[in-house]
Amino acid sequence: MSVKDVLSPFLAWKNLLKDPVSIKKPLERQAAPRYRGFHQNDMEKCIGCGTCEEICMNAAIDMVPVVGIETKNGDSGLRPQIDYGRCCWCALCVDICTTNSLTMSNQFQWIDSDPEVFRFVPGADKKYWDDEKLGYKKPLNYELYNTERVSMEELHPEDRDKSFIEIIKGYSKKQAIQEADRCVECGICIATCPAHMGIPSYIEAVRKDNMEEALRVLYETNPLPEICGRVCTHNCESVCAMQHKGDALSIRWLKRYIADQVHSEKYKKILGTEKLEKNDKKVAIVGAGPAGLSAAYYLSLLGYNVKVYEAFDKPGGMTRYGIPEYRLPYDQIDKDVNYIESLGVEFQYNTKVGEDINLEKLHEDFDAVFAGSGLHLGRSTRIKGSDHEKCYQAIDLLRDFTQGKEIDVQEKIVVIGGGNVAMDIARTLARLQNQKFGKVQLTLTSLESENIMPADIEEIIESREENVTIEAAWGPKEIKIKENQIVGLNVVKCLSVFDDEGRFNPQFNNNQKKFFGADMVVEAIGQGMDIDFMKDVELTQRHKVKVDDNFQSSIPWLFVGGDIVAGPDAISAIANGHKAAKGIDKFLNK
Amino acid sequence: MPDVNKYRDKFPQKNPDGTNIIDLESHKFIKVWQGPNHPGITGNMSLELILQGDEVMSCKTHVGYLHRGFEKLMERRKFIQCFPICVRVAVPEPDFNEYCLSATFEELAGIQIPEAAEWMRTLLLEMARLGSFLMWIGGQAGTFGQGIIGQWTIYARDLVLDRFEEISGGRIYHMHMTPGGVRGLTPEGFKGRMEETLKTIEDIMKDIKSTMFNNAVFKKRSVGLGYIDPSWVDPYGITGPNARAAGIAKDVRKDYPYLKYNELDFDVIVGKNSDAFTRADLRRQEILLSIDLIRQIMAKMPKSGEYMAKMPNVLHWKIPKGETYIRSECTRGEYGYYTVTDGSGYPRRINVRGPSYTHAVALMEKLAIDCNIADTAGLMVSLHTYPPEIER
Repeated sequence: MSVKDVLSPFLAWKNLLKDPVSIKKPLERQAAPRYRGFHQNDMEKCIGCGTCEEICMNAAIDMVPVVGIETKNGDSGLRPQIDYGRCCWCALCVDICTTNSLTMSNQFQWIDSDPEVFRFVPGADKKYWDDEKLGYKKPLNYELYNTERVSMEELHPEDRDKSFIEIIKGYSKKQAIQEADRCVECGICIATCPAHMGIPSYIEAVRKDNMEEALRVLYETNPLPEICGRVCTHNCESVCAMQHKGDALSIRWLKRYIADQVHSEKYKKILGTEKLEKNDKKVAIVGAGPAGLSAAYYLSLLGYNVKVYEAFDKPGGMTRYGIPEYRLPYDQIDKDVNYIESLGVEFQYNTKVGEDINLEKLHEDFDAVFAGSGLHLGRSTRIKGSDHEKCYQAIDLLRDFTQGKEIDVQEKIVVIGGGNVAMDIARTLARLQNQKFGKVQLTLTSLESENIMPADIEEIIESREENVTIEAAWGPKEIKIKENQIVGLNVVKCLSVFDDEGRFNPQFNNNQKKFFGADMVVEAIGQGMDIDFMKDVELTQRHKVKVDDNFQSSIPWLFVGGDIVAGPDAISAIANGHKAAKGIDKFLNK
Repeated sequence: MPDVNKYRDKFPQKNPDGTNIIDLESHKFIKVWQGPNHPGITGNMSLELILQGDEVMSCKTHVGYLHRGFEKLMERRKFIQCFPICVRVAVPEPDFNEYCLSATFEELAGIQIPEAAEWMRTLLLEMARLGSFLMWIGGQAGTFGQGIIGQWTIYARDLVLDRFEEISGGRIYHMHMTPGGVRGLTPEGFKGRMEETLKTIEDIMKDIKSTMFNNAVFKKRSVGLGYIDPSWVDPYGITGPNARAAGIAKDVRKDYPYLKYNELDFDVIVGKNSDAFTRADLRRQEILLSIDLIRQIMAKMPKSGEYMAKMPNVLHWKIPKGETYIRSECTRGEYGYYTVTDGSGYPRRINVRGPSYTHAVALMEKLAIDCNIADTAGLMVSLHTYPPEIER
C-alpha cells in the first residue's frame, strides 16, 4: 500500500472531460449486415418443403396453408409460420432451406401488446423488414447436405455405339446410400408422381440398407420397379427440392438399385404373397403393357382370377416394343412380369383383342375387363413425300427391331421428332449404321428448340455422344425424292411451337430454309391408338377414352387405362392400372 | 457497548481437528442465505452462511436454481440441433461450448475441418475470452464497491460483441461454430475495426490498472482474501487462473494445444500469492495476452478459403459408436465436453465439464470460512464462476 494507491483512483475523473460512449439513440442503431434478425421468406421461391420445420430444434416452425398460394406440382402450398415465443434465432432454418427463400433481415425491433402477433408467416404477413436487404443469408459454400448428385457410371460412348448393352451401370451400395443420404424427406415428389409412390420411405430404406422394406414400399404402388427404375419419366426428380440449390436426387436410379438388389425368388416371401386367397370372380386384361400388368397385379392381390391377353408374343407392351434394350434390357422386364405371373395371373400371347377374340366374348367369359392397349400406331407428318416406302414410323421400326426383323438401314438418315421416341429410334439406327457402315450419318431434327425439346436432357447428351447430329427448331416441309429415291428433307426455321395460350400452333420463317441429305426418313412425332375393338365406348373431345375417377368407361364392365387415357408414360399407366384395379373391385362388390 | 471480543474469544469453539463448533441453539450464531438472487452477481446460486458477528463460520453452497437440463435436451436432439442449445451453458462466453461440442462430433464422425475454420475458431475463442474477462473484471470491481469499472468494461465488452455481431450475426449467442466448420470468415474491413477495438480496450485497461489495481480500497479488501494453497489444486480440481495464481502453470492452450494455439507465440502467466488480488491481476494480464493473441491470429489467418467441411445430410446424420473428451482453456479453466455416441442420429450422452462446478461448490465452501460477510461476494467473483455451467 502506498500514497499512489490512494491518489491513483482519482484518475477516473479525467473521464469527465471525455465524450460519453453510450449510443444516444439506441432505437436507430443499425445492426451488422450479417445480423440474425427477423425472418423473411420469398413466397415465390419457397416450395413449402418443410425442411425448416424439420430442423428447428425449438419446434418454432409450423407449415401452414397461406391464402393465395396454391398447391401444385413442386409446391406443397404450405409456408413456414414462425413462433417468436420459441425461436432462438439460430438460423438453422435459413441454412437448411432448400430454395434459399428463407433468410433473416438485420431488423430486431418489434413492439406489440398482443402476444399472438409474434406468431406469423414471413412473406405472407407483411412486415416492415420484408424488403430489407441486409441480414443473415446462408453463407456461400456452406451446406448442411451434399447438393451434388452421386454420379452414375455408364458405358463410355466408344464402348456402346455399336452395341445394345445397357448403358447405365447402376449404383453400388456405397453410392446408393450416399445418394439416398441427400434426401431431405420433404415428400414434394410423392404428390407429383402419378403413382404417388412412397419415395422418401424407400429412399430411407436404402439409407438404412433395408432392401426388403424398400421393396415392400415400391410394391405398394408400383409392381414394375425394374422397368420404372430404368425408364420412368421421373416427374419426381423434376420437382425434387434438392434441385433448387444443386442436383435433384437420383430417385429413378435408387428405385432401380432396390429392385436390382433383391432376387426375384425372394419377392413372394418379402411381399407376403406366398398364399393369396382367390375369389371366384374373373377379370380380363387387354394388353400386357404397364397399365395391364399393374391392374393384373393389384387385382390378383385382391383375389381375382386374372387373364391377360397380349397381341404380341411377349409382355411389356411399349416398354418392350418401344424402348431399346440399351435403356431397358428385356430380362429386367421379364423379372417384373414373372413375379406377377407367379401370383397366378394367366397370360395369353399372340392374341389381339378385336381380331383373334372380340370384346363381347371377354364380357361373356369374365366379370369385368380392363383395357390398356397402348399407343402402337405411328403418326405421320403428312408432308409431301412422307408416303415413300423409305419413310418409316419410329414406332414400327422399334417394334420390328425388338421382334428381330431385319431393318433396312441406310447410310444417311433423318429422324423427325424431339421426344424420347425420336431419341430411341435415332440412337438405335445410329448403332445399326455403325454396325453396317462403321460410321454414323444421322440427323435428328425437331420443331422444338433444344431448351423446350420434350426428350430427357440425358437422351440429348448421350445421342450427341453417339454422333447423332441434332438440328433443333426446324419444321419439316418436304421429303425430297429424285428418281423414286429419297434424297433428303427440306426444312424451314421454326420460330415458336406453342401460342400464348399454350396450344400447339407452330410458327415458321419460310425464308430461312435448310436441307438435310438422307436416304431414309423416320417420323417420330407422336403415336396414335387403335381402339376399334372398343366400338361403343365414349370418347373425350381430345379423342381419348372417357373414364371416371375409377377408370370405368361409359360401358360399366369395361375399365380403361394406360396411354390411351393418360400419359403417354409408364408410370401414369401403372398408376391408372392400380386405380382401375380398385375401381373394378368396387364395381364387382357393389 | 457490548464487548464483542469477549464473545469472539468464546465462540466459536473449535473441534480437535480445527473446525468450528456451531450450535445455532446457542443464539450466538445467525444463519443467512446469500442468494439465489444475489450471490455476488455471478448468476443464480445460493450460499447458506452461518455467521458469528460478521464473520462466516460455515458456508454451504446450494445450486439448482438454474437447471434447464441442457445435457438431457441434447440427447433428444439431432446432432446439428445441439449447437444452438450448448451455447446457453455459459452465457458470457458461449463459444467454448460451441467449439467443444462441434469438436467432439467431428472427432467421432471423422470429419476434418478446413484450416481457415480452425483459425476462425481460434479467433472466436480468444475474442470470447477477452469479452468474458471484461465482464468479469467489472463484476469483481463492483463487489468491492467500484461500480465505475463495470461501466467501462461493459462498454469495452460491447465493442467486442460488436465484432462478434459482424462475424456471426449474434451478439450473445454467436452460434458461428457449427459441426463441420464455421459459418463464415471475417467480413470486409474487419481487421481494421478489430484493431481499433483492441486499442480502445488497451486504453481502458491502463485506466483500470491505475484506478482499480492501484487502489487502496481494492488492495485492502482483496489482498489475502480467498487464499488457495497450491496443494489444493489437484484434490479440488482447480484449473485456469485460479490454479495459475497459485503458481501452477496449467493451461490447456499450452499443455494440450488445440486448434491453432501451437502456432501462436505466448507464455503461460502465473502468479505467486494465490489470493483474490493475485487472481484479479492475473486475469488483467490475461486480457492483455488475449489482445496480443488476437493480433497474432489476425495476422496469420487466411483471408479466404474453405471454411466448412463436406457434411453428410445433417437431417439424418448418424455418428458411429464411440466416446471422446475434448477440452479447451476457457476464462475459468479447463472446459470440456465428454460425448458418447451409439451409432444413432442422436448423442447418447453429453457431459459438460465446466470449471465452475469445482470452483463454486467445494472450493467456495472451504474459502468462505472465516471470511467477512462483506467479502463473500468478492470472493465468489474472484473464483470466476458461472452457475449455468454447474447445472447444465
